[in-house]
Amino acid sequence: MAADLTTRTLVSHAQLRRGRGRVLYWIVLSVVVAGFTLVFLGPLYWMVTGALKSGQEIAQTPPTLFPRDPQPGNYVDAWTNLDLAKLLFNTFYYATGAVLFQLVLDTAAAYALSKLRPVLGKLILGMMLATLMIPAMVLIVPQYVTVIDLPIVHVNLLDSPFAIWLPLVANAFNIFLLKRFFDSIPEDLMAAAVMDGASPLRTLWSIVLPMSRPILGVVAIFAVTAVWKDFLWPKLVMPSPETRTVSVGIYAFAGGTPMNVVIAASVIAAIPTVVLFLIFQRNIMSGLTTGGLKG
Amino acid sequence: MALTTAPGATRRTGPVAPTPSRTAGRRAGLGRKVRDNLTGHTFLIGAVACFAVFSWYPMVRGVVMSFQRTRRGETTWVGWDNYSRIIADPSFWTAWKNTFVFTGLALVLGYLVPFFVAILLNELRHAKGYLRVLVYLPVMLPPASALFLFKFYAYDPSEAGLFNAILTALGLPTSEWMQSPTMTMPAMVIASTWMNMGGAVLIYLAALQNIPGELYEAAEIDGAGLWRRILHVTVPQTRLILALLAMLQIVATMQLFIEPLILANGAGTQDSATSVAYLIYQHGFFQNDLNGAAALGVIMLVVLAGFSAVYLRLTARQD
Repeated sequence: MAADLTTRTLVSHAQLRRGRGRVLYWIVLSVVVAGFTLVFLGPLYWMVTGALKSGQEIAQTPPTLFPRDPQPGNYVDAWTNLDLAKLLFNTFYYATGAVLFQLVLDTAAAYALSKLRPVLGKLILGMMLATLMIPAMVLIVPQYVTVIDLPIVHVNLLDSPFAIWLPLVANAFNIFLLKRFFDSIPEDLMAAAVMDGASPLRTLWSIVLPMSRPILGVVAIFAVTAVWKDFLWPKLVMPSPETRTVSVGIYAFAGGTPMNVVIAASVIAAIPTVVLFLIFQRNIMSGLTTGGLKG
Repeated sequence: MALTTAPGATRRTGPVAPTPSRTAGRRAGLGRKVRDNLTGHTFLIGAVACFAVFSWYPMVRGVVMSFQRTRRGETTWVGWDNYSRIIADPSFWTAWKNTFVFTGLALVLGYLVPFFVAILLNELRHAKGYLRVLVYLPVMLPPASALFLFKFYAYDPSEAGLFNAILTALGLPTSEWMQSPTMTMPAMVIASTWMNMGGAVLIYLAALQNIPGELYEAAEIDGAGLWRRILHVTVPQTRLILALLAMLQIVATMQLFIEPLILANGAGTQDSATSVAYLIYQHGFFQNDLNGAAALGVIMLVVLAGFSAVYLRLTARQD
């Protein structure tokens, strides 16, 4: 990275390239790389291999580093006994729907607030951003009461995917992220489209959205991980075994299942988000750091 | 994070030539204006409806509920009854104590550690991508998965447990972890920090990269050592991010819930893990006391609003 060589940080480069500084740098680097691998990858290794051990081996002192007699059967048991296929499908279904609802409704709203600017737009934006201040736990009870008996229409959303999809649309962080991005799209481009007689929808579809692909990707990835990681809300609004998400399903079975099987199931449940992260790590990390916590 | 700094917003207030849509609007008069506004609100309606039903309304409803009691479908106003009932719960003060201890410990560990990790990573010229991916990896695990790992393998109180095996190998005394009331909190903080620190590290890293190199240069010429450079250059230059993340971390850790639920089966040994959020869950969904739970939610909101007020006061004075 050429840019990094010119910017100076806490310790100057010259110092790190000479004699003792250089030796010290390489020692620190090796310690950090080894230490981080141990601290962050070690537990994952332990998890994947631990789930391969027999119940006997896991209770052994001192613990073994490699499974002596690997039991892939634990993973098979986890898959069949917990009906992981069903649980994973449910979670995937909720995540996909959440992405669609957030992309369509939040993008439309952010576009209106950024470019169409109807009356009261500023007030609405302010009220949306104010919800960032309200901790989720505070709202959990009234939200639950609302979902089991929606105001005006009196519909019960328990066990319906809408109970996960719709509340996720009310995500002020998305609106903020998208609006800020749309704000940076030159006004002239929009004006030209309007001159050509394009409707607002048309402008959004053929000018704004194609330019916004990176930010839409960030919103989509965060929507998937949010659904995959969430626990309490899906536990409350998806009470029946057929509609559970994978985390809630594993938790529900944890009591009466051998612990290696629970761990095997936890490994399987973690694979999708880890793979997603490894593929999109650049987008995720840049979305996190440039996304809005910079000012 | 003020929106008024966004380029679009400032451009709009500047003396720019009216866009064609606006001149057209003026010519066509009121009808056009109404139609433009209608279009704008049509784009907004979906998100606004979701905010209204699942965010704004529950906000008000939570406060209203905390002064009501619903029994057999009949709702009556009961004044402060729910509050006095929830405060009389024998676990109420324990839950607050535990939550504050957790928040405090998590602030020491989960706040300082990421900062120094970020400073360290910022100095290294090799393996940058690899180290960043490693730090952020646990953030991507479903918390339930990660916590089962801690519960069954790391915090196994026998000597077969991972942490106890490491302690034994180092010649240190082993611990009962979640079965010891004194170790419950530190154990939950370790698990929580491992799971969550990646986000803070990456945000700090981004902030560190914005520090002008000349400042370090000047400090070094003035004879400032490594530690003084951190204290007098790095910290002041990142103080806004430091303050913001401290605030966010306090709000997040005060909502401690899934760690006690999975690691300690909720309350833990001798109530050592009960958190305020867990108490809300208990009252709302097991003791059939949604109104009491709503009252506790309001109390939590007031406490967090207090922290926010302190934060705003402190950051406002600095600028």
